Amino acid sequence: MLRALGAARVSLAWIFMIKRLLLGWLLALGAVSAWALSPELASRIAAGEGDDRVAALQQALAAGDESLGPFLRALQDGRVRVKGGQALVIAEGVMAPADAEEPMLNNRMRREIEAALAGLDLLSKDRATRAKALATLRDAADASKLALFEKALAAESDGELRSQLNSLVAGAKLSSADPGQRRAAAAELAGSADPATRALLLEKLGAETDPGAKVAMQRTVDNIGARLAWGERAQLLFSGLSLGSVLLLVALGLAITYGLMGVINMAHGELLMVGAYATYCVQQGFRAWAPGAFDYYLWVALPASFLAAALVGAAMERTVIRWLYGRPLETLLATWGISLVLMQAVRTLFGAQNVAVENPSWLSGGWALLPNFTLPYNRLAILAFAALVLVGMALLLAKTRLGLMVRGVTQNRRMAACVGVNTARVDTLAFALGSGIAGLAGCALSQIGNVGPDLGQSYIVDAFMVVVLGGVGQLAGTVYAGLGLGVLSKLLEGWQGAVLAKIALLMLLVLVIQKKPQGLFALKGRAVE
Amino acid sequence: MLRRSALALAAAASLFAAPAAFAADTIKVGVLHSLSGTMAISETVLKDTVLMAIDEINAKGGLLGKKLEPVVVDPASNWPLFAEKAKQLISQDKVAVVFGCWTSVSRKSVLPVFEQTNSLLFYPVQYEGEELSKNVFYTGAAPNQQAIPAVEYLMSKDGGGAKRFVLLGTDYVYPRTTNKILRAFLHSKGITDADIIEDYTPFGHADYQSIIAKIKKFAAEGKKTAVVSTINGDSNVPFYKELGNQGLKATDVPVVAFSVGEEELRGVDTKPLQGHLAAWNYFMSIKGSANDAFIKKWSDYAKAKGIAGHKDKPLTNDPMEATYIGINMWAQAVKKAGSTDTDKVIAAMAGQTFPAPSGITSKMDEKNHHLHKSVFIGEVKADGQFNVVWKTPGPVKAQPWSPFIPENKGKKDEPAK
Repeated sequence: MLRALGAARVSLAWIFMIKRLLLGWLLALGAVSAWALSPELASRIAAGEGDDRVAALQQALAAGDESLGPFLRALQDGRVRVKGGQALVIAEGVMAPADAEEPMLNNRMRREIEAALAGLDLLSKDRATRAKALATLRDAADASKLALFEKALAAESDGELRSQLNSLVAGAKLSSADPGQRRAAAAELAGSADPATRALLLEKLGAETDPGAKVAMQRTVDNIGARLAWGERAQLLFSGLSLGSVLLLVALGLAITYGLMGVINMAHGELLMVGAYATYCVQQGFRAWAPGAFDYYLWVALPASFLAAALVGAAMERTVIRWLYGRPLETLLATWGISLVLMQAVRTLFGAQNVAVENPSWLSGGWALLPNFTLPYNRLAILAFAALVLVGMALLLAKTRLGLMVRGVTQNRRMAACVGVNTARVDTLAFALGSGIAGLAGCALSQIGNVGPDLGQSYIVDAFMVVVLGGVGQLAGTVYAGLGLGVLSKLLEGWQGAVLAKIALLMLLVLVIQKKPQGLFALKGRAVE
Repeated sequence: MLRRSALALAAAASLFAAPAAFAADTIKVGVLHSLSGTMAISETVLKDTVLMAIDEINAKGGLLGKKLEPVVVDPASNWPLFAEKAKQLISQDKVAVVFGCWTSVSRKSVLPVFEQTNSLLFYPVQYEGEELSKNVFYTGAAPNQQAIPAVEYLMSKDGGGAKRFVLLGTDYVYPRTTNKILRAFLHSKGITDADIIEDYTPFGHADYQSIIAKIKKFAAEGKKTAVVSTINGDSNVPFYKELGNQGLKATDVPVVAFSVGEEELRGVDTKPLQGHLAAWNYFMSIKGSANDAFIKKWSDYAKAKGIAGHKDKPLTNDPMEATYIGINMWAQAVKKAGSTDTDKVIAAMAGQTFPAPSGITSKMDEKNHHLHKSVFIGEVKADGQFNVVWKTPGPVKAQPWSPFIPENKGKKDEPAK
């Protein structure tokens, strides 16, 4: 009928009928496309009761209209409007009429549309399109699509896609009426490592009556389960390492200020917060002045957060901590006071509410290594970042003049002073360095958690826990303790839930400190004192 | 000389005493919402909603010929501090009514204070029920006005036909009780314990990797799975971030949340979250003149007061609506009673109606201190708004004592006097 629209001569009667039947294709830029999908069907897909919409979609799919694909894509992109019972497709970049309603898409419709589109794409000429369609259909292999799969399989020449199609066909055949076919299908699927296949098999297994098929299905389920278990273990390990890297980052700064210098810095958490807020400020700056370069704001935020926290740290050392060396109790109280001041200052400046720090687009999403093992980019980045900071810090302490002086002063202050080291200056620099690293950690934390005035409060305990457990004055110990605590806490979390995991971890710490007051990896000999 | 100054002193004293003697020419209204800490993300706008409604009532000439005067305190997401601040509002500031609380643990903490002093609290957030105090008006949803319909929807064909459920929450009284009710409800629908897992995280939890991995694993173990989230406060941001990053799509495992609205999603990239669900009694996207007027009022107010975030991108949500209905009903009840006396206002509250922004005429139940509410289920859209995919045909009466908990049998649907 629409072809008539394309024709040069359009009679009034035609226009009337078209209008009445529906089809207000807004032919915005004069784009006239072939339209074989009946308008009535299109409006039934766009609006109405769920069951009826799905039935209409299946009907259109069975009819094999070419125009169904573009229509469904428009529906997915939100470019379809319903007006007076008619489905209108709005051309891209054109304003929709204000009085038309947007068709409602729920998960069921969205899933059906995705599957329908994938079904259409399965016969595409482009290999990448077919591969993508197969990935979508993996979760939707039901008996109704068997004919489609077999048709695609007959046309498919690519070996890898063929094998994927084969398992789809097998998945669909699990619902076959012939027990022999079901048995064969279950055996065919034994090589799969897909959670969706396993779920499908488990569902069918419950209703299976044929003993042979039952055995075959059970065997396949076990096989897939064993394969999936590796993905799960890898995921657990990764999340443990990821949490460990966060703990490590948080504790590294403290490993200098507390571990090497012996300052019990209760304001360490607030230095993290300063770093996170510096990141927020840089982000706001980019948003205001360089929105095009927003994805790169982190590269400016990293040095900014280091500098901001280092400056705050240096100021703290010069004004307060310097006068309290050797008096741990007073230091503890004074730095706790500073932490309150810093928190209140941030509250006054930025408000008590959390501020939103957005991930740059390259840190959103994840890398699906296995069907049940995804590595989120932001976690990967933090893992790499923690390693970088660690290596940088180790090199700084071991290879540079400043590092040499810091080690000298912390090991024997008087002797260092005797040989001409300006110990006061070294103290300030070392404290600023530790604070700056805390700032870097704050920048990293802003990418995974919330940024608010009390951000530091939730990490201060963890930071001390790592440093104390690792052994004071020991960089390597901090690393082991950070990663170890991360993995252990994720193990416990998987087993007993997040609340009990936290309790168990603290209990464990108490036990360890009782047995080994110097920490797990304490230096042997006199150096500890 | 001495006498004269003594006279002046006496005059001054009587001047100062006068307002106190006539109980002031304002009616004080307490606002008890966390403006800092983990709950500030949700509660701060409620404070502003109360202030907006007070401005509106004052612009119309106030109540009983007096202006309303807000007294705002910050209990800082600290539950015992809620009770302290409530005491301060009631005994020191002498407020006529308090609007406040979000988490149930804060409500439980202030409840004895309101009962002992026979004062009034308007509580604007959906909650777990299992409570009915004569001193509280619950303008949020009871479980049968939110949680139960949401789970019914998940089990329906349109909701995906879920057969397995992950009940995920923050570790405190609201999620635990709601999940207890939901578990009983699911049992009544023939779902066994093997197909339900419950998991809790502490307040402010920020690392949801292992929880998401657990959901994925559970979902791969059988039939269609859905997640019911009662996570509260700013933990939602890392939760949804992780959900998006790990690629758990709504078409595979939908998440329905009871404490996530427009405001909580403000700082989140919602594109990967499309299709996840929330159940509320109001959404900003609901069409209708009452809602348009409400949104406009809020936008203008936010702009005029320069409220952070809202002045550029005004958002309204369900608890804001409930707050707004609550304070307006209270004002109507005070007018009807001709007094701010607690008992008179409570009597006048019964059966009050108000045109709710959600489009219905909201009615305070004659007996049980809860509002009759329509239930909406919305799906997250790419722009952080919700697309209503299901709603009840009309307002539903609240059941504060859930029939799915056996001990509730025979409990009366009205507060004990």
